[in-house]
Amino acid sequence: MSELFDMLTAAAFWAAAIRIATPLIFGTLGELICERAGVLNLGIEGIFTAGAMSGWMTVYFGGDLWLGVLVAALVGAGFGLLHAILTVPLGLSQHVTGLGITLLATSASYFTYRIAFPNVSSPPRIEPFQPISIPGLSDIPFIGPALFQQTPLTYFAVLLVVMVAYVMARTPLGLAIRASGENPAAVDAQGLSVYGLRIGAVMAGSALMAIGGAFLTLSAFNAFFFEMIAGRGWICIALVVFASWMPGKALLGALLFGAFDALQVRLQQTVGGAIPYQIFLMLPYLLSILALVMMSRRAAYPNALMIPFIKGQRS
Amino acid sequence: MPELPAHNHAPFALSIAGVTKRFGPLVANDAISLDLRRGEILALLGENGAGKTTLMSVLFGHYLADEGAIFVADGEGSLAPLPPGSPKAALAAGIGMVHQHFTLADNLSVLDNITLGTESLWQFWKNDRTAMARLKELQRTSGLHVDLDARVGRLSVGERQRVEILKALYRGARILILDEPTAVLTPQESDALFATLKRLTATGLSVIFISHKLNEVLAVADRVAVLRGGRKVAEIDAKSANRALLAETMVGTAVQPSVRRAHEPGATIIELKDVRAPDPRGRQALESASFAIRAGEILGIAGVAGNGQSALAALVCGLVAPTEGSVSIQGETVSRFSPRDLMQSGIGRIPEDRHHDGVVGTMKLWENLALEDIRSSECQQAGLLRRGALKDRARAAIKTFDVRGGGPETEARLLSGGNMQKVILARVLDREPRVILANQPTRGLDVGAVSFVHQRLLDARAKGAAILLMSEDLDELLALSDRVGVMYRGTLSTIRPAGEMTVRRLGLLMAGQNADLGDAA
Repeated sequence: MSELFDMLTAAAFWAAAIRIATPLIFGTLGELICERAGVLNLGIEGIFTAGAMSGWMTVYFGGDLWLGVLVAALVGAGFGLLHAILTVPLGLSQHVTGLGITLLATSASYFTYRIAFPNVSSPPRIEPFQPISIPGLSDIPFIGPALFQQTPLTYFAVLLVVMVAYVMARTPLGLAIRASGENPAAVDAQGLSVYGLRIGAVMAGSALMAIGGAFLTLSAFNAFFFEMIAGRGWICIALVVFASWMPGKALLGALLFGAFDALQVRLQQTVGGAIPYQIFLMLPYLLSILALVMMSRRAAYPNALMIPFIKGQRS
Repeated sequence: MPELPAHNHAPFALSIAGVTKRFGPLVANDAISLDLRRGEILALLGENGAGKTTLMSVLFGHYLADEGAIFVADGEGSLAPLPPGSPKAALAAGIGMVHQHFTLADNLSVLDNITLGTESLWQFWKNDRTAMARLKELQRTSGLHVDLDARVGRLSVGERQRVEILKALYRGARILILDEPTAVLTPQESDALFATLKRLTATGLSVIFISHKLNEVLAVADRVAVLRGGRKVAEIDAKSANRALLAETMVGTAVQPSVRRAHEPGATIIELKDVRAPDPRGRQALESASFAIRAGEILGIAGVAGNGQSALAALVCGLVAPTEGSVSIQGETVSRFSPRDLMQSGIGRIPEDRHHDGVVGTMKLWENLALEDIRSSECQQAGLLRRGALKDRARAAIKTFDVRGGGPETEARLLSGGNMQKVILARVLDREPRVILANQPTRGLDVGAVSFVHQRLLDARAKGAAILLMSEDLDELLALSDRVGVMYRGTLSTIRPAGEMTVRRLGLLMAGQNADLGDAA
């Protein structure tokens, strides 16, 4: 028991939890923006993959790390545009389209990678983002090493939570996005374009998901390999519900999952001999499901989530 | 033929010139021309499908007209053409529309609903404080009081309507279009709405008031334009109009009043004793109800929506079981509450929401007609549908009940509201149930369909059915019922003979006040 306590009070543990949470923060915020506008985006898993691959490849072929992030965002926005065109003006099933986008984006990423690197056995590497210590703050005992010695994308993710929360709650644009997810007819009657808002939100959200993917190849690891997303996109879908569509709670949920995952790795190392390691791999998902059950039973879904809006048709 | 009243010389606020709108072969609006003067309330009267809502949708830019143009007065009063097909342009020209189905987002606050789309999307913050101050001032001058911070989902229907009107006024509407605004209001709320409209028109607002209710058109309008079959058939000064004239102009033929014969009711068929029950969503909604209905008797239940009627209806058709009290049908206490059990005990139901609970829209009429007795030998044999027999039965029902717009193979969703209701009536009345639950049986139907439904219910009464009638149309309730009661906060009031009741008294009871204080006003 005291070992567990030591583990949980180590700054390195929390630094790892935040690192693991970073892609989830991007993905959850991205999904949250889409869903707030009324569009479920199950393309997330594939968009993660596409972001990870395109960001990494940009850097591998000589691009700057930040250029890699930008390219990933644009690729993500592109898949977002495809998803939005199919689901918003054409009104197709958001479930089916999203899964299609995931399959397409994943396969296209693997294909591009194979074309570029036909005969590699171990994945080629790049020089990733390095941690930046925030002067002053990183010297605070415990908190410093846990919070303020992260890579730039992690700081960006946290900043983004504040920005998305502000835009959603306090700006006319955020209000219009929320209203499109609650009752698109109200948006239309007030002279705004539901299609414009929904397509824009899905593109912006998808760009964030792709940056989450790029974090994995440009910050966490230094290479791209198959199956590396490993269900992170699906976790984000659950985290949005867990967060009741609130950016602040999304950060909390992502950190919680990050902590479970970091714990799992450490438990494997300490008691891994007695218990098959797959049990530990399963742990964060199991705990996430439990947290989801407790937190979101009374979650208020956006009223028009997954309901297509066809202009001129009475609802 | 269109004769403008001589006393009104106010400048034009709006001019509709020869608007035609076609949907495929259907001509929804046929060369309609109409003028609206400043400070005037113009009623647009017509049956469902007459083209009222289409015309207003063209005006507001939801639809593009095939022919014709619309001119709107600007701030100085000179008429300028309105760019077609753009709600944004209509809003900018000072046209505000209150749709029949409110366009409000339930999970947002009143303030958010009103300010949505009024500020630039690329602005860094919402000017809520300025908006709040302007709205308070607007509320003071218009008398449209509603809590601006409340979530819309918590508001009553009347309050939501006020939000809609505020929304239009906040955007500087000089012309307000109200689509069937009283369909969801109590008589008192309707009166308050009329008073507000009069007050607003005195300040120069022009109002187009869409309705198919003759009484309120006469009460509120200065002028009445009547549409029939997509054409404007008359324009009448409200002062020189009367009910009979309007009804005849609207329908095209003299309307036959339904026949209701006095007779002595028979034995008690259904009896509820002190029942409490949840509504289908599980909330305790029905607190106390006791009544008995005899054979050949209609019991009418009035009440503002959300006062426990839906729980009562759900109980009677077996969707929920009572938590206390008992229900007995023909002397036998009901022990199992499921739709099937209750149907077998002789209950027939005409549900409140015919689209949602009445028919399966994407199924064919013959299938819909078979839904409630699918297990009977008439419908199936050894587990297989007797398709031929069912289609024949559907054909007969369609003929008897005068269902227009399709045959046995037509999908139910393609029918108009009135014809869909006839299908439901056919399904219910064919079985000759001992008890009929008729929940809002004529909601949204036109005059012809309403009198058809009324006559069928009265025929069933004459044949000895016990009928529980729930309706928001109080005139209908009083005209059909033998006795009436009012639901308020889950409790059914003392039931009185319909002859002793008036619309005013019912209205007071519906608002939770004691109605015995007389018929003031």
